[in-house]
Amino acid sequence: MNWSRFFAMGGFAVYVWSAYGFAAVVLTLNVVIPLRQRKTILKRISRFLRFDQGDQS
Amino acid sequence: MRLWLAVREVFARDIVVTLRRSTEVLTPLVFFVIVVSLFPLGIGPEAPLLRTMGPGILWVAALLASMLSLNRLFAADYADGSLEQIALAPQPLSLLALSKVAAHWTLTGLPLSLLAPLLALQLDLSGRAITMLVISLLLGTPVLSLIGAIGAALTLGIRGGGVLVSLLVLPLYTPVLIFGAQTVSGVATGASPAADFALLGAFLAFAISLAPWAIAAALRVSLD
Amino acid sequence: MNFFHKYSSPKHFYPLAGRLIPWFGAITAVLMMVGLYWGLVIAPPDYQQGDSYRIMFVHVPSAWMSLFVYVVMAVGAAISFIWNIKLADVLAASSAPLGASFTLIALVTGSLWGKPMWGTWWVWDARLTSELILFFLYVGYMALRASIDDPRRAGQSSAILAMVGIVNIPIIHFSVDWWHTLHQPASVMKLGAPTIYITMLIPLIIMAIAFQMFYFTVLLVRMRNEILEREKHTGWVADIVDGRG
Repeated sequence: MNWSRFFAMGGFAVYVWSAYGFAAVVLTLNVVIPLRQRKTILKRISRFLRFDQGDQS
Repeated sequence: MRLWLAVREVFARDIVVTLRRSTEVLTPLVFFVIVVSLFPLGIGPEAPLLRTMGPGILWVAALLASMLSLNRLFAADYADGSLEQIALAPQPLSLLALSKVAAHWTLTGLPLSLLAPLLALQLDLSGRAITMLVISLLLGTPVLSLIGAIGAALTLGIRGGGVLVSLLVLPLYTPVLIFGAQTVSGVATGASPAADFALLGAFLAFAISLAPWAIAAALRVSLD
Repeated sequence: MNFFHKYSSPKHFYPLAGRLIPWFGAITAVLMMVGLYWGLVIAPPDYQQGDSYRIMFVHVPSAWMSLFVYVVMAVGAAISFIWNIKLADVLAASSAPLGASFTLIALVTGSLWGKPMWGTWWVWDARLTSELILFFLYVGYMALRASIDDPRRAGQSSAILAMVGIVNIPIIHFSVDWWHTLHQPASVMKLGAPTIYITMLIPLIIMAIAFQMFYFTVLLVRMRNEILEREKHTGWVADIVDGRG
C-alpha cells in the first residue's frame, strides 16, 4: 500500500481528513463523557451511602 | 351552548385585560417598525436591493415581533392563579386555550398584518406584492401564534423561559416563513402564489386542529 | 410480553444493559475498522469527485442517524407520555445528545464535502438546511430538559416538544425541499450520492450499521447513568454501588 498516496487523498487531503477527524473527535467525546459521568455518579452515590451508614451507627 | 359561552368569555376577557396594559399591545408593533427600518441602514438604501429583500425582511420581522409577545400569553394568568381556574373548568382546556390564542392573535398578528403595508412601502414593494403580503400574513400569523403558544405553555414558570421559547419555536416556524415570504417574492418573478397560499391554508387548518391539544397537554404538565 | 414487562423496569434493565454493552461495543469497533478500511483504501476514487467523495462514508451515515435518533426519541417520548413508562423517558433523554452529535457531524462533514464540490463552505442546499433545522430542534429539546428541575415535569414537557417536533419534521423537510428547488442556482453541482458502485455501497452500508451500533452502545451507557441518577435512593442501586466496593 502506498501510504503517501493514501494520505494525499487525491489532493483532497484537507477536506477528507478534517471530516474524518471531526467525526472521530465528536464520537470519542460521546464515549468519554458518559463514562466519566458514570464515575462521578457512582462516587457520589457511594459517598452518600457511607454518610448514611455512619449516621445510623 | 355553555361551551360557546365559555370560549367567548375567555376570549373577551383576554382582550380586555391585554388592552388595559396597552404597552403590551404596542411593543411588538413598535419592534416590527424599528426592525424593518434598521434593515435599509444595514444593507444600503438602493431600491432594487430593498425590493428583492423586502418580502423576507418583512416576514422575518413580523415573525420575531409575534414571538416577542408570546410570553404574555399565559404568564399573567399563571402568576395570579386564574390559569388553574381555567384548567379546572368543565369545558375542554384545548378549546379554552384556542380562544386564548385567538385573543393573542387578534392583538398581535392582526395589527401586524395591517401595519405591514406601510412598511412595505418603505421597502418599495409593488401594490400586488403588498396585497400578497397582507393576505399571507393574515393566513400565516395565526399559525405562528398557535405554534408559539405550545412553546409558551411548555416554558411556563421556568427560569429563562423567554429566551427558551424562541429556541423551541423558531425552528418550527420555518415552513410558514418559507411559504409566506414566497407569496410576496413570487410577484417579482411572476410565479403564481396559488400553491403557496394553499399550503399556508393547509398549515393553518393543521395547526388549528392539532396545536390546541398540545397546548392543553403542555399547560396541564406545567400546572401540575 | 413477559420479557418486555420485566426489562422495562429500570432495576432489571440496568444489569441487562451492562451485559450487552461489551458486545455492542465490540461489534461497533469491528464494523468501524472494516468500514473505514474498505471506504478509505479498497473503494476506488469516484470518476467525477475523485477522493473527496470518501467523506460520504461518515456524512451519509450520520445524516441517516440524525433522523433515526429523533424518531427513536419521539417514540420514547410518546410512550413515556402516554403510558408513563420511566424507561421510555430515560431512552428519550439519553438519545438527545447522541442525535445532536450525529447532526453536528453531518453538518460539518457536509460542509467539508461542499467546499471542494461547490467552492464554498456553506451552501443553502436542501439537505444541509434541513439538517441545520434538525440540529436546532435537538438543541431546543435539550435546553428545555436542562432548564426544568423537576424530573417528572422535564420528562413530560420535553415529551410534548419531541412529539410536536416529529409531526413537524416532515413538513419542514418538504418546505425546505420546495424552497430549494425554487431558488436553485443553475451552476451549482448537486452534492450527494455519486453514481454508486457496489464497491462504494458496501462500505457505506457497513459504516451505517457501525454508526447504528455505536448509537446503541453509547445509548446503553447513557441510559445506565440516567437510571443510577434517578434511582439513587433505592436499595438495588445501593447494592450495586456497595458491591463495587
